[in-house]
Amino acid sequence: MSQLAKRIEDTFPGTCTKVVEWRGDVAVTVKRENLHDVARFLRDDPALRFDYIVHVSSVDWPDDEERFEVVYEVYSIRTRQRIRLKSRVPESDCIVDSLTDVWKGADFMEREVYDMMGIRFRNHPDLRRILMPDEYEEGYPLRKDFPLRGKGWRDTFEFLDEPTR
Amino acid sequence: MSQFEDQRTTVYKVDPEHPESETLPTLRTEELLLNMGPQHPSTHGVLKVILELEGERLVKSTPVMGFLHRGVEKLAEEGTYHQFIPHTDRLDYVCAMYNNFAYCRAVEKLMNITVPDRAEYLRTIVAEIQRIIGHQFWLGTQALDIGAMTVFFYCFRDREILLDWFDELCGARLTTSWYRIGGVERDFTPSLFAKLKQFLDYFPPKIDEYVIFLEKNRIWLARTKGVAVISAEDALSFGLSGPTLRGSGVDFDLRKYEPYSAYPKCEFSVPVGKNGDTYDRYWIRVQELYESVKIIRQCLEQIQDGPIMADVPSVTLPPKERVFTNLESMIQQFKLFSQGFNAPPGEIYCGTEAHKGELGFYIVSTGGGKPYRLKIRAPSFIHMGAFDHMSKGYMISDAVTIFGTYDIVMGECDR
Repeated sequence: MSQLAKRIEDTFPGTCTKVVEWRGDVAVTVKRENLHDVARFLRDDPALRFDYIVHVSSVDWPDDEERFEVVYEVYSIRTRQRIRLKSRVPESDCIVDSLTDVWKGADFMEREVYDMMGIRFRNHPDLRRILMPDEYEEGYPLRKDFPLRGKGWRDTFEFLDEPTR
Repeated sequence: MSQFEDQRTTVYKVDPEHPESETLPTLRTEELLLNMGPQHPSTHGVLKVILELEGERLVKSTPVMGFLHRGVEKLAEEGTYHQFIPHTDRLDYVCAMYNNFAYCRAVEKLMNITVPDRAEYLRTIVAEIQRIIGHQFWLGTQALDIGAMTVFFYCFRDREILLDWFDELCGARLTTSWYRIGGVERDFTPSLFAKLKQFLDYFPPKIDEYVIFLEKNRIWLARTKGVAVISAEDALSFGLSGPTLRGSGVDFDLRKYEPYSAYPKCEFSVPVGKNGDTYDRYWIRVQELYESVKIIRQCLEQIQDGPIMADVPSVTLPPKERVFTNLESMIQQFKLFSQGFNAPPGEIYCGTEAHKGELGFYIVSTGGGKPYRLKIRAPSFIHMGAFDHMSKGYMISDAVTIFGTYDIVMGECDR
């Protein structure tokens, strides 16, 4: 287990459910109740100082019990290391704490995750769709059950019925 | 119409008990909402911003994005890794080479491929040429937006030379797709080397020329110095990167922090600003032009003969000339494009210092020939997140400056 994951586990016992180190990337999955506290700890701890937010992303695993995965990647300018902080959310209760108050840049990135995957963020100042139109009602495009050809009126184009490959 | 009449009566109503109020009407003050874009030339594409104004000052600005959203991340899940390279051209269509580079590096990290030396040098040279093109494009359009028209023509004159050079290299000026997973598509010809050397001698005096137009231009200085200031802590917290972050005094450059390609073998410095204003970001970009020339010079000196593609037949493409003469190569090429290679399950993030900032790809693989999830960390999109913060309190005309200072391209922002 990497030093970093150990630090988190020592400070918040029992919160890390999975630690993966692969190709030099450290990915730590934490329980979603602790996500906000862990993020604040990563930013404020004087030895870590993860002050630069790289991206917020999400992955859909339709077969799993906890279907969605929220991914935060942060970087520490001082110690020159990255960490990927992940948390799993079930579809029935699809909400996590927003990290907008920890990293300001999380605002737009979380909006994108909401727009594309439909994961909601508690305490987010302005949770609206960002890339899709506000009145878009056909669902969340990056979910695995959303067809590539589109839904709703986009599905009625005739040429889409022609075999493609 | 009746609504307006009502308002007029309420505003200019004369109080019968105080007849002097007829001469001093109680004027209504409120914030003005102004839609800027999506068809505004200075928004560099199709970006709309709703500006809340108090007089001419910006109180709040809300970017409305997504007019150019094409679902690139969804498309990536349906194609093989090789098939996605041309899609990356269309992200930041001004600087396609760097997108190819960032994507290929991410896939190489996923597949654990080492690229041969010569290919690394070729990649670095072309990436730096692309950085020059990007900064020229930025400088020209930013100056044009602010009102200095001449610089635009000078920048675009020299940009043409490099675009023609790209044309000779890969047959396209903008949507290049020259990088391949594990190497590059083709080697430089002697003519390309000669033209590049000629350009390197020609170019540095031209940078001085651009600077002469701006450095003592009072309008340019007044409209860039002290405009859109952001502190280092805020810039980091917003996730800004590239020159936008370095303008605030943070010495963060992935070419130095996480060296890749041939950058560790070259000597170059990373210019860092002090004040975090638009002028510092301009200064950094101009200095980076000189640094890019330096890097290309060193690469040209150090480059050795050798293969331009990693020798991993299960992943990398066979040389094009063999595809049409050799049956095995043709089958290999066909299988790689139609079925893809078998990627190991896992996930990686790989960031590359493009001229705008950190362009990263986060790839989740569950095995098989297609990415399970591919997320693009687009600097333009993330920079727009700081727009409200950076524009607060400035004039409407500064909004144009602030779009420009991010070097925003909507193709990348909306993906």
